Amino acid sequence: MQISLPLPRIPRLPRLLRSLLSNKAGLAGVAIVAAIAVTALLADHLAPLDPLRRNLSLKLLPPAWLEGGNPRHLLGTDSQGRDLLSRIIFGARTSLTVGLAAVALSSLIGLSLGLLAGMAGGRVDALIMRVIDAMLAIPTMLFMLVVALVAGTGLVPLVVVIAATNWVGCARIVRADVLSVKEMDYIAAARSIGARPLGLILRHILPNILSSFVVVSTMNVGTVILAESSLSFLGFGIQPPEISWGQMLSEGRQYLATSWWVATFPGIAITLTVLGVILLGDWLRDHLDPRLD
Amino acid sequence: MSGRSPLKALLQFVPVLYIVSLIVFVLVYLTGDPSALLIPEDASEEDRLVLVAAWGLDRPWYVQYLRYMGNILTGDFGVSYRYGTDALPVVLERIPATLTLTAGGLIVAILIALPTGIFAALKRNSMPDFAISAVTILGKAMPNFWVGIMLILVFGVWLRLVPVSGSGSFAHLILPALTLGTGFAAELTKLIRSSLLEIMGQDYIRTARAKGVPEIFIILRHGLRNALIPALTMTSLHAIALLGGALVTETVFSWPGLGQLVVQAVYTKDMAVIQIAVFVITIMALTINLTTDALYRLIDPRLRH
Repeated sequence: MQISLPLPRIPRLPRLLRSLLSNKAGLAGVAIVAAIAVTALLADHLAPLDPLRRNLSLKLLPPAWLEGGNPRHLLGTDSQGRDLLSRIIFGARTSLTVGLAAVALSSLIGLSLGLLAGMAGGRVDALIMRVIDAMLAIPTMLFMLVVALVAGTGLVPLVVVIAATNWVGCARIVRADVLSVKEMDYIAAARSIGARPLGLILRHILPNILSSFVVVSTMNVGTVILAESSLSFLGFGIQPPEISWGQMLSEGRQYLATSWWVATFPGIAITLTVLGVILLGDWLRDHLDPRLD
Repeated sequence: MSGRSPLKALLQFVPVLYIVSLIVFVLVYLTGDPSALLIPEDASEEDRLVLVAAWGLDRPWYVQYLRYMGNILTGDFGVSYRYGTDALPVVLERIPATLTLTAGGLIVAILIALPTGIFAALKRNSMPDFAISAVTILGKAMPNFWVGIMLILVFGVWLRLVPVSGSGSFAHLILPALTLGTGFAAELTKLIRSSLLEIMGQDYIRTARAKGVPEIFIILRHGLRNALIPALTMTSLHAIALLGGALVTETVFSWPGLGQLVVQAVYTKDMAVIQIAVFVITIMALTINLTTDALYRLIDPRLRH
């Protein structure tokens, strides 16, 4: 038996902060994501050296604390003598840019199609759901590769490829939410006083599905960053001279036998970034929409 | 999804495969005229046009589409540009390697997740439970191919325990299967823990305890059996992702499966191979769904009508 008591009204922002402060994992997530965002924004100032400058006489130097290391190159250098730390710092820019842009685009697609399916129902809904079924039957990684064949490589095509193949989860959640919200009394009430469809969606439906949409989109940032690194690792994503962690890993893999650090540090960078996003997403879910899991 | 009759489930293959064929056609159409890639460099423009006409690439899209559907329905998937032979056998001969790897990955995931998930649920909110939670989150955050590279580094380069590329023996399977399985193990552990916890709070568990049934029997017979249903759903969904993950894992370990073939086919724009591979992998994914449906019936008697 649950008894509901009138809750004291707490303004939104302090409530959010209080919830964050009481959740250590969430706090860690926000801290990691903030740190990586700052690194990406201030890469020009933070990177100790030019990430593109080659120096073959300094190639494959180990990290500074190991024998043979050079204090100027804290994490060592790659096969062309470029400073690993500087490259990792600039790689944060690529990861976050692709991650945010692809999630924005895929969430937009997912939100539109989910709303359309949920609101229109009938044949439109059936058609969208069949397309979703088919897309779920093709492994996303395979789908991304095939779309990459059409779209080409580089930053913008990569964002398009990832967005075009990763909107399904978002569309399904939005559709399911719309279907349940649509049956609520307040929607019937709004309809009965003559609310127009667009106004109904914008004023009554969207605000009520927003929290799960935000949670799903946040979680998606992690998935998308992993997808970017996989595609760049396979050679279908970011192309040199632009810097991406996945592409650094694919290069480092060739020198694994002699120089472990080239393939190790970019992987740690990816893991840390995705970890931050997951922790942030978990906290947002617990705070905004505990029934999603 | 659960509880369909096998025949109905099989009929659902049809619309899904049809839409997949549409998607494939659109993508192939959008990649444009492949003839320039295929003819020798010294061939004349007329030679190229002869080829284009022979393949019907100069016809409008709907004629090309009808031709494409006709070819698919008669089982003619075309010639691999790269291998110069029928593309179908090129793809089919890669299936066993990918199935072996995917099964290996699944087994690794289950072997890790089942005991760990049960342990975490039994020791809820203890230090070991928190440690397991932390490791599972980390497992989700690590890119799979990087896990593979690190395994190669530790077990292949430093310890020299196992071969790091190729196939042919059980030892070759160990690292790729571990790579593919660990990511899924993390998610499965979390799921087994949470569904076991939910079930252990049910009335029938309390009844069994009150009857004096030993705890180990309660967990195995009443708890785990019910906890397995959501785990099975997730395993089936994830098996599709494993097929996709195999693409990257196979490339890291030079494992001669479908994934490696597809990645190479995308490099060389070998469209016939790509098309068949997409169909074959989709059919494999749908078959996994179908098998899961059958397994539900075995585990959950409520679904046997």
